[in-house]
Amino acid sequence: MAISKRKKFLVKHASWLLMIVLLVFWEFICRALQVPQFLFPAPTAVLEAGIARWEIISMHALQTLYTTLVGFAIAVAFGLLVGMAVGSSPLVYRALYPMMVGFNSIPKVAFVPVLVVWFGIGTVPAILTAFLISFFPVLVNVATGLSTLEPELEDVLRSMGASKLDILRKVGLPRTMPYFFASLKVAITLAFVGSVISETVASNLGIGYLMMAASSSMDMALVFAGLIVIGAMGVGMYELFALTEKRFTGWANRGSGGVA
Amino acid sequence: MEQVRFEQVSLAYDEGGPLAIQDISLSVAENEFIAVVGPSGCGKSTLMKLVSGLTEPTEGYVYVGGRQVAGPQKCIGMAFQASNLLPWRTTLDNVMLPLEIVQPYRSQMRRQRKAFEARCRDLLARVGLAGNEDKFPWELSGGMQQRASICRALIHKPKLLMLDEPFGALDAFTKEELWIMLQELWQEEPFTVILVTHDLREATFLADTVYVLSKGPGQLVARKAIEQARPRKLEWTYTDDFARDVHELREHIGRIRES
Ligand SMILES: Nc1ncnc2c1ncn2[C@@H]1O[C@H](COP(=O)(O)OP(=O)(O)OP(=O)(O)O)[C@@H](O)[C@H]1O
Ligand SMILES: [Mg+2]
Repeated sequence: MAISKRKKFLVKHASWLLMIVLLVFWEFICRALQVPQFLFPAPTAVLEAGIARWEIISMHALQTLYTTLVGFAIAVAFGLLVGMAVGSSPLVYRALYPMMVGFNSIPKVAFVPVLVVWFGIGTVPAILTAFLISFFPVLVNVATGLSTLEPELEDVLRSMGASKLDILRKVGLPRTMPYFFASLKVAITLAFVGSVISETVASNLGIGYLMMAASSSMDMALVFAGLIVIGAMGVGMYELFALTEKRFTGWANRGSGGVA
Repeated sequence: MEQVRFEQVSLAYDEGGPLAIQDISLSVAENEFIAVVGPSGCGKSTLMKLVSGLTEPTEGYVYVGGRQVAGPQKCIGMAFQASNLLPWRTTLDNVMLPLEIVQPYRSQMRRQRKAFEARCRDLLARVGLAGNEDKFPWELSGGMQQRASICRALIHKPKLLMLDEPFGALDAFTKEELWIMLQELWQEEPFTVILVTHDLREATFLADTVYVLSKGPGQLVARKAIEQARPRKLEWTYTDDFARDVHELREHIGRIRES
């Protein structure tokens, strides 16, 4: 009994436990080897910096959260619309898909200078970079969900006189929801990558900028504090969408019945 | 009255490619129950697609209800070997689906939702699914899913019901139970049925007329009327009479194999 209880406890809190172990290890290494602060600060130093300058950090973090969420929202709307078009029309698929794949292979950091020329530095390039980097998974997943509709099910509906729109509304979209929510989890983390990249290169606001500025003044503790804040925001958003996914598409995970 | 009519119909899926079915002529009377049997790949499912207007014949004509088929039909019931129930809908909502799509129910849905629900519950009760209305498909057994699938195919009272090996994945007992169920539904409120099956006993037991298709390209090689009074009982399947009919069909299939 006691053993199984301990195991359950371990499984439940595995992620926290691992993090604590790693932090302790990190602290230990830094102290034992006496690594200089400006190269690799110990967790306690990072925490200290974080608390001491939480006002600055939270201001920049909010900016990053804002650009990320706006970019992400645009990406979701865009990905959903284009994904629907690609998934339900073979013609659009043929025409658009290769271009989308090609576009997605371009490192988005290469776009930032272009965006800066067009929109100046600051919020807009960050939003757009977040959008550009995160719409693709949404698009692909929505398209996949729609285009993998079982042919027999489609036959059943069509022989009832269902229009394309009917099929999309009654079957296509609900069926695509699990794919869609799964893609949101990927997209939101990518959106953070996008906005931070853009802020690092072209902004005077946001965590990306903060880290850039801090590292040029050798303030490694602040850089690490920034890194941790981004990571935490990413995990928070991911969990939020994982929860939403569970709520809306529970049917896809229960039993093996699935879409047989 | 004639419900379905094939006039020398041939179909090749790819232009100039091999024929899936060849030169098929047949006619199904209104409220007749026909079965189509034949070896795998002989074009049985193709035949159903032609009737429902999901594919067009390469040659010949298909008529449904006296009119030539052009494009998907408006009001046909279909069920397949896989139940194809929507996993995010309860059994009741799955059966409601056609009423949300087919006219005139569709436009009455708002006002008459309660009445339609009652109707679905009645039909579900008729096939022995009372009490399972609010379960999701994965909570039902294979046989129950198939019952629900047949309810979905019938709820909008189609003139034509098409079944493509609907009992193919079920065990022998459940299968026989569902034969009886289908016969009852059909007798109560007749509709035309086209049943595609591999099971010669099933075809003999259920159909008024059995058509045998040859190996691809599918051609009609036999048409056999089953002269047995309704309602047919399961006991009948253990008589020599029944065995003789099944045997005769088997002979036709056997001959196809040899040639
Ligand atoms: N969508 C399609 N495109 C091209 N060829 C097809 C298509 N559907 C069926 N065929 C071909 O047409 C022929 C008849 O197929 P069909 O599905 O009608 O056979 P079936 O009698 O229903 O077989 P089974 O009993 O195994 O279900 C086969 O040779 C098959 O390869
Ligand atoms: Mg078939």
